[in-house]
Amino acid sequence: MGEEGQRTGPGAVAVAALAGAVLLFLIAPVVIILIVSFSGADYLRFPPPSLSLRWYQRFFGIAAWRQAIGVSTQVALLTMVFATMLGFFASLALVRGRFRGKGAIYAFLLSPMIVPTIITAIGLYFFFARLKATGSILAMALGHTVLALPVVVIIIAATLQGFDVRFEQAALSLGASRFTALRRVTLPLIMPGVLSAALFAFLTSFDELLIPLFLSGVEVQTLTVRVWNSLLLEVDPTIAAVSSFLIGVTITVLGASALLRGHGETPGT
Amino acid sequence: MSPAPVAAPDAVATVDASLAPERRDAVRYLLILLPAVLVLLALFVYPLLGIVERSAYTPKTGYTLEYYGQIWRVPVYLQVIGRTFRTSALVTLMCLALGYPLAYLLATLRPRVARLLMIVVVLPFFTSIIVRTYAWMVLLGRNGVVNQYLTRLGLTDTPLPLLYNQGGVLIGMTYVLLPYMVLTVYSVMRGIEPGLIRAAHSLGASRWQAFRRVFLPLSLPGIAGGTLLVFILSLGFFITPALMGGPSDVMIAMLIEREVEFTLNWSFASALAVILLVLTLIGFVGYNRIVRLERVFEARD
Repeated sequence: MGEEGQRTGPGAVAVAALAGAVLLFLIAPVVIILIVSFSGADYLRFPPPSLSLRWYQRFFGIAAWRQAIGVSTQVALLTMVFATMLGFFASLALVRGRFRGKGAIYAFLLSPMIVPTIITAIGLYFFFARLKATGSILAMALGHTVLALPVVVIIIAATLQGFDVRFEQAALSLGASRFTALRRVTLPLIMPGVLSAALFAFLTSFDELLIPLFLSGVEVQTLTVRVWNSLLLEVDPTIAAVSSFLIGVTITVLGASALLRGHGETPGT
Repeated sequence: MSPAPVAAPDAVATVDASLAPERRDAVRYLLILLPAVLVLLALFVYPLLGIVERSAYTPKTGYTLEYYGQIWRVPVYLQVIGRTFRTSALVTLMCLALGYPLAYLLATLRPRVARLLMIVVVLPFFTSIIVRTYAWMVLLGRNGVVNQYLTRLGLTDTPLPLLYNQGGVLIGMTYVLLPYMVLTVYSVMRGIEPGLIRAAHSLGASRWQAFRRVFLPLSLPGIAGGTLLVFILSLGFFITPALMGGPSDVMIAMLIEREVEFTLNWSFASALAVILLVLTLIGFVGYNRIVRLERVFEARD
């Protein structure tokens, strides 16, 4: 850990030690699950006495788990499309527009992050039950869009704030229409932020449990719902493999987003 | 309407000549904002209003406060609400005690190192709550990793009951919510001018004095914001207490789920949900005055 020379008092050492312990507390469970998922033992010992892929074979070998991956992916892709489209235009309006009540609208768009998901989930359940639309992929995707929208708005709005408006003004002064300037100048420059937002929308949906818990049917179950159902019964080692798969999706999204940011530093900021 | 001021470069457009350019712009932006707002109104606000209606209206009896009365009359429900507050307060304190030092370290390290360590905060933050809860079930279970080590080290003969009780809930919830605290506090600390600390030193303050008299007061909005955020998120927690708690660790959200799924008393569940919703929204308004929510999420890069 990079200690700077000026902070070497006993207090500083104590803070660093405590902070280090907290970092360990944060990462250890994730690392342990990843390791344990490759265990060859019948129950979860750490460190595992032998390594194998048997839990992954179980996970990918059972049709119900494979179907769940399919359902989760379809729901997440739809959510990604809905949330990114809605969120992109909303962010554009919130960052560029000058109108009254902007702060309130921003807070409103972010509020699904704060309202307990259990409440959003039962609200949607009552709502879709009346429409007899529970158990459908579309219903779940629409529900997840509510949760993913704030994530998209935050990421794209931050990207737009870092974007130099003069690029667009230059295009306009050279005779481009507003739409052309948006499409040919602004959008390519903020594309990394938009793609990153889309990835996080996907992840938000893929990881969500409560909304599909209420909206999924017996046939159509997401990965998280299947994990939930099996955890209510016992701590089955297969879940370690499923969990590692979900952690892998998170790592992929975080990594891709970091790459996008690295490559796509908008000029002029 | 006042005539347009000197035309800005982006006011070359020709449409809607009747409106001043600024006004026309505002209308345009409101139009592209509309879809997102409408979707949230239809799929978020309307369902929430549905809950409110259901909590106070049944086709049979018309408008009634009967379900709120039930919560007030039956001691078990008040106990659950009390327990939810107590658990949330404890979790918040633990998050602050663990999160503040970490945020402080991250804020004072060189940016490159801090960014690397930030991955350790962000990876769990974006990992599904059910996965994080499962990880702690594996660690704390009867035959879990922690008990395996304790037995191997001879510290205990029989496995300790670490899961399915209040302690398990506190550890699990603290783990899940800690990143919110760290990110909120860090986002405020990062904005503290380092020159102020140097100035305190140059005026003769010891390291501790500089921290207590300058840095700590300046980081107070982070403490307030993080505390409020973690507290209101705790109030509505469901997954972690449901999986890691015992029969006597029921929190409001679990009661709501139970009433919807098993008892099928949707009106009563709705009344509980309205109470939880109101508490949360009060907290959110307060939070928004202290720290902007979006800053917290921007802090990760």
